[in-house]
This record gives sequence, structure tokens and C-alpha cells, in this order.
Amino acid sequence: MDIKIESLTKTYGPQKAVDEISFEVKTGEILGFLGPNGAGKTTTMKMITNYIAIDRGDISIGGNSIKNQGDELRRHIGYLPEHNPLYHEMPVIDYLEFSAALQGVPNHLVPARVKEMVKLCGLNAEKHKKIGELSKGYRQRVGLAQAMIHDPEILILDEPTTGLDPNQIVEIRKLIKEIGKEKTVILSTHILSEVEATCDRILIINKGRIVADGTAETLRKQAKGQELLATKIEDGSVEEIEKAIRELPSVASVESKGDGKFEIQSKPEMSTARDVFSLCVKNKWVITEMTPSVTKLEDVFRDLTA
Amino acid sequence: MRSIWIIAKRELQSFFDSLIAYIMLVLFLGFSGFFTWIYGADVFLVGQASLQSFFDIAFWTLFFFIPAITMRMLAEEKKTGTIELLLTKAVTDREVVIGKFLACFLLVAIAIAFTLPYYITLANIGNVDHGAVWCGYLGLLLMSAAYVSIGLFTSSITNNQIVAFLLALFIGLFFHIIFNVLASNLTGFMGQLFHTLSLSVHFESLSRGVIDTKDVVYFLTIVGIGIVLAESNLAKRNLSN
Repeated sequence: MDIKIESLTKTYGPQKAVDEISFEVKTGEILGFLGPNGAGKTTTMKMITNYIAIDRGDISIGGNSIKNQGDELRRHIGYLPEHNPLYHEMPVIDYLEFSAALQGVPNHLVPARVKEMVKLCGLNAEKHKKIGELSKGYRQRVGLAQAMIHDPEILILDEPTTGLDPNQIVEIRKLIKEIGKEKTVILSTHILSEVEATCDRILIINKGRIVADGTAETLRKQAKGQELLATKIEDGSVEEIEKAIRELPSVASVESKGDGKFEIQSKPEMSTARDVFSLCVKNKWVITEMTPSVTKLEDVFRDLTA
Repeated sequence: MRSIWIIAKRELQSFFDSLIAYIMLVLFLGFSGFFTWIYGADVFLVGQASLQSFFDIAFWTLFFFIPAITMRMLAEEKKTGTIELLLTKAVTDREVVIGKFLACFLLVAIAIAFTLPYYITLANIGNVDHGAVWCGYLGLLLMSAAYVSIGLFTSSITNNQIVAFLLALFIGLFFHIIFNVLASNLTGFMGQLFHTLSLSVHFESLSRGVIDTKDVVYFLTIVGIGIVLAESNLAKRNLSN
């Protein structure tokens, strides 16, 4: 099921929490929702899951607007809210059965679904404990299990890996990636490496507006559009080398860092590595170091949201 | 319908898992048994095969116990945030409120059902007016339903259980005695109005053995209003402010 969001707006008093957001997510796509605190991520997710009403704009899921068929569409959505609120006094199994029944899983299928979720989320050892007795990581797994119990076509996960240890994070990411092959997944997070590791597409929002939309790769290109090459060239005078490099057609700027080291910035959408290499071969200079420095997603994020 | 029952079942289960149900049953049966059979204007003092003394004491014990049952229903869910998870499942706000109403009402009904041995005992030692007893039980159930809905409403206003409890008692107090007192002190239209609003007036007429549609409608109206108000309080999350 595809999700289509059109000029979605939500206002809290004088503040626009979400401001004219439009985007689309297709089946089999994992969308990473990024943004600083208070950017409107959670509000958007609450509107998609039909927990709070939309002020303006529309969300349609599988072609149906949630304004008209909200109650019916909830059946197709699995939701893990931000703080993973669960009934602490309930045993894990009972809670999963309760969730399954509420989401309309037929009675005779409930035990099988619960069993599958317990296995998938690695809850077997803890399944008879009360939720309140579980560690945060296990509670998070219960939260994921309840979100997926009715095999929804859409998964909305608000910071799914908070509170997990590194091993669990890797496992949960793997799980999300696996699920994302057939379903539509939107996940929000602050952790940038997480988005890179799990998501097909990234959406960065700031102050209620979309500031970037694309894959990690395109975002990096958009942010800098230039390649930075750290090189060390020997067997030639620094001035001579610097001058020759500057004359290359793909080079925007070159800076000598001393000791034969240069930082070469390419012109937008161009690469300098090959030209530099040919130049050195021609002049019999020796390249002892050549490292393309990659723009980090952190930098992109900071550029766009600071 | 299925969702309502699923929610009610879970709430009932949690009553019995968390001792609330047992405490409620023991206290209710202890109080009402003590004052019906042993102390005060008990059955033996009155010397009649009538459960009137039980209905009088239950009228007061339920008044205090019901807010204690209902106070956490929505307030706790709002405080811990579980309400978000509940309302994003395939249920409507109304189904949630009615499910919770049903759970509280069933718990009270179970407590009341445990007093049926009083009736059986009495029927064995004297000549009981069966009609009056059943009417009295109906009155207790209807009154409980009314107080459960008031409790649910106050629980929907706040996320503090104590506030919900006290507010339910405060509102309940008006129906329980204050309207009645006002009715006896005022004349004319106002007197008539408060007389109609007084819950004790309607309960008394039922517990005397008279089923009047007016009384039944009165209780069901309170139930309806309580549920609708609780539901609209839940829907307030949608308002932009």
C-alpha cells in the first residue's frame, strides 16, 4: 500500500508543527524520517496513524483518504509510538493476543500470529513475564511485535531503536530491512547511521517543512556537489605541482597543506582523481596518497537544519 | 461490538490481576454484610423479611467504591501514553469508552451478584416480597451504571487518578444528596427540577418495588451523557490549540 501525503498542515496555537508537507512512499520502500527535535516528525506520524486529526491537506493510503475511511485504514497500519507505551501489568503473550484481537486477527489465527511474532522478535525467553519486568530493549521488541502482529501493509516506527544495545540495534535494523522488502515502512530517528543502514530514502524535515528528500547518496551530492581529494604528491616542486593541478579543467581549487600534501576541490558534478593521476604520470611525479573525503550525512543534516 | 468486548475483557482481567477486584469485593461484601445482618438497622432489628437495609447501605458503599474503580480507566492510559497505542488500533473512541464502561459495570455487577445469598437466606427465614427485591437489585445496577459513567467522564478530563476520583465523588454528591436537599428546600419549578435530578429519589422509588419508565430513563440518560462526554474528551486531542 502506498502512502501519499499532500500539503499536510497541523497547527498548535500560533506554531505550525507541520507546514505544507507533501511526499509519497511506495510499497517496498523504507523511508527514513529525519529532523531535529520538534521538527514535526512525531506529529506527522500521529496524523498518518490517524491518532490526531489533520488541519489541512490530506493523507491517502492505498488511494483512500484517511479523512473518510480512517477507522478502516487503521487495520492496515502497525504503529510503534515514540515512548513505546505498553501495559506494564500485562504478560507479554496476553498483550500480544490483545493487540491481535483488537486489530481484527480472526480468533483461530491469533495463537499462530503471536507465536510467529515471539519468534521473529526474539521474545521466547521472556514471553511469560509481565511487560513491566522486561528490560527496555525487550519492551521495545514487544512494541515492535505488537505493531506487526496483524501483518500490516504499513509500518510506522517512531524511533524504533532507542534504548537498545548495539547488538539489538543491528538485529532490529535487520528485521526492519527484511520487513521493508514487502511493506511500506516509515521510520523516524535521530541516529544518522541508522538511516543510512536501513533506509532506501531519506526525508529531512525542519520546523515543519521538508528540507531534503532523496537517497543518502543524492543528499550528499546535493549538499556539496563537489568532491574533495586529499593527495600527497612527491618528486616535484610544490609550486610547480600546485600550478599544474590548478590548470586542470576539472579542478575548482587546490590548496597546499605542506609536506607535498594537497587538498583538491573539484568543480560541481566532476571528479578530479583521473586528471590528477594522468598529470602526475606525465610529469613523472609519484602519488603516495589519494583519499576522496566523503561528505558525512551528519554534515548534510547540520547544513540543512542548523 | 467485538472490539468493545475485547477491551472490556482486558480491563476486567487487569482488575482481577491487580487485586483491585478482590479488595473491592471483600470491602463491599464486608460492609454490606455487616450492616445488613449484624449492626445498626439490620434485618433482625427491623424484624421484617426485607432487604431494604442492604439496599440502603449498598447505596452508600457503591457511591464511594465506584469512583475508586473508574478513576484509573482513562486517566492512567493518558498518563502513561497507552491511550495512543489503543486509539491507533482498529477501534473507535466510542468503543474504547464503552468497553471500559462495560468492564467497570461488570465488576460492580459481580460484587452485587455476590450478595444474592442474602436474598436466598432471607427467603428461607421469612416471607420476602420478591418483586421488591428484584426491583431493588435493578435499582442498584442502574445506579452503578450512572456512577460508572460519571467516573469515566471525570477520568477522561484529567490524567491524575486522584483528581478523577475526587471529581467523581464531587459530581456524585450532587446526584446522591445535594439535589435532594435542594429539592426539599425549594418550591415551584426549581424544586421540581432538583427533585427530578436527584438520584436518590429515583433509586428509592425503585427499591420500594416500583418500576417506573421515568426512573429507568433517568439512569440511562446519565449513562448516555457520561459516555458521550468521556468520548468527546478523548476526541479533544484533535483540536488545534
